[in-house]
Amino acid sequence: MDRLDLGALFLHFLALWCVAVGGPSAILPDIHRYVVEVHHLLSNREFAEIYTLAQVAPGPNVMYVTLIGWHLAGWAGAAATTIPLLVPATTLTLLVGHFNERYPNAAIFRAVRSGLMPITIGLMFASATILMRAVNHEWRGYLITLLTAALVLRKTWNPLWLLAAGAVAGMAGLV
Amino acid sequence: MEQTESDKPCVSRLELFLTFSRITLSSFGGALFWARLGLVERQRWLSEREFAELLTLGQLLPGPNVLNLTVLVGYRFAGWSGAAVSVAGYLGWPFLVVIGMGLAYQHYGALPQVQLALAGMSKVAAGLLLATVIKLATVLPLRWRPWLFGLLAFVGVGVMRWPLLWVIGALAPCAIFLAWKTKD
Repeated sequence: MDRLDLGALFLHFLALWCVAVGGPSAILPDIHRYVVEVHHLLSNREFAEIYTLAQVAPGPNVMYVTLIGWHLAGWAGAAATTIPLLVPATTLTLLVGHFNERYPNAAIFRAVRSGLMPITIGLMFASATILMRAVNHEWRGYLITLLTAALVLRKTWNPLWLLAAGAVAGMAGLV
Repeated sequence: MEQTESDKPCVSRLELFLTFSRITLSSFGGALFWARLGLVERQRWLSEREFAELLTLGQLLPGPNVLNLTVLVGYRFAGWSGAAVSVAGYLGWPFLVVIGMGLAYQHYGALPQVQLALAGMSKVAAGLLLATVIKLATVLPLRWRPWLFGLLAFVGVGVMRWPLLWVIGALAPCAIFLAWKTKD
C-alpha cells in the first residue's frame, strides 16, 4: 500500500466531481483506477466489498466514496472523500436553481426543460435496463424485477416490503 | 404547461428535512424511486411534470442527480437554507449509517449473507427503477418528437452502449434548439 496522501485524495475526488456529468456511475471507473490501480490504497477485493456494503446501506449508492475514505483514514478520510461529492454539485445546482426559480419563463430554461426532459427519461430507461441485465443472470431474476415493476405500478404497498422479500429470497438462495 | 407561483405548496424547513430524511433512509438500491414517491405521491409538493423537469436540470449538472434534485427542491420551497436542510437530511443519515457499517466490516469482515441479501434486493431495486421510469414517461406529450429523442437517448446509451457524454453532446443541442423554436 502506498503512503496515504489525504490532500491529494481530496483534490483528485474534487476534480472528478466537477466533471461528473451523468452522475456517480460516470466516475466510478476512475475512482477505482485511482485508489486500486494507481495508488494501491485498497485491494480489488476490498474495493468490491466496500462498494457492496454501501449498496446495502440505505441512502444514495454513491456513499461508497465515504466508506472508502473512512476505511483509509477514519473521520478525516470520510470527510476528504465526502466533501468533494457535496461541494461542486450543490454550489452549481444552487446557482442554476436560483435562476430557474427567478426566471421560470425565460426562453432558455423553457427550452432546456422541455427539450431535455425526453432525453433524461430515455437515459433513465437505459439505466433501468442496464441495471436489470447486470443484476439478473437467469429467468427467475428477470421475473422478480418485472413482477416488482408491475406491483409498484398497480398497488400502493410500501415497497420496503418488496425489498425485504428480495433480501430474504436472496439469503435463502432462491434467486 | 408551466407551473405557476400560486400553486406552489407552503413547506417548512423542518418538513423538508424530515421528508428528505425519510426518502434517503428508505433508499435501498437507488434513491430515484423513493424521491419520486416521497415528493410526488406522498407529499404532493411537485407534479409529475415538475419532478421530471427538476430531475432533468439535476441530471445536466455534475454530481449525483438525486442530490442535485434535493438542492433544487429545497431551494424552491425555502431558499438557501431550505436547500441546506434538505441536503443535511438527504446525505447526513447515510453518512452516519455507512460509517457504522464500515465499523462492523472492520470487526467482522463482510458476511456472505450480506452478499446474498444484496443479490436478492438488487433484483427488486431494478424493478423499482423500471416502474419509476414508466411513471415519468407519462408526462411526455403525445407527439413524435419527444418520444423520438427519448428513444434515441435510450438506444444510444442502453443498447449501443456509447459513452454518455457523446450521446448527450449529440442529442441535447438539437433538442434544446428545436424546443426553443417551438412555442407550446
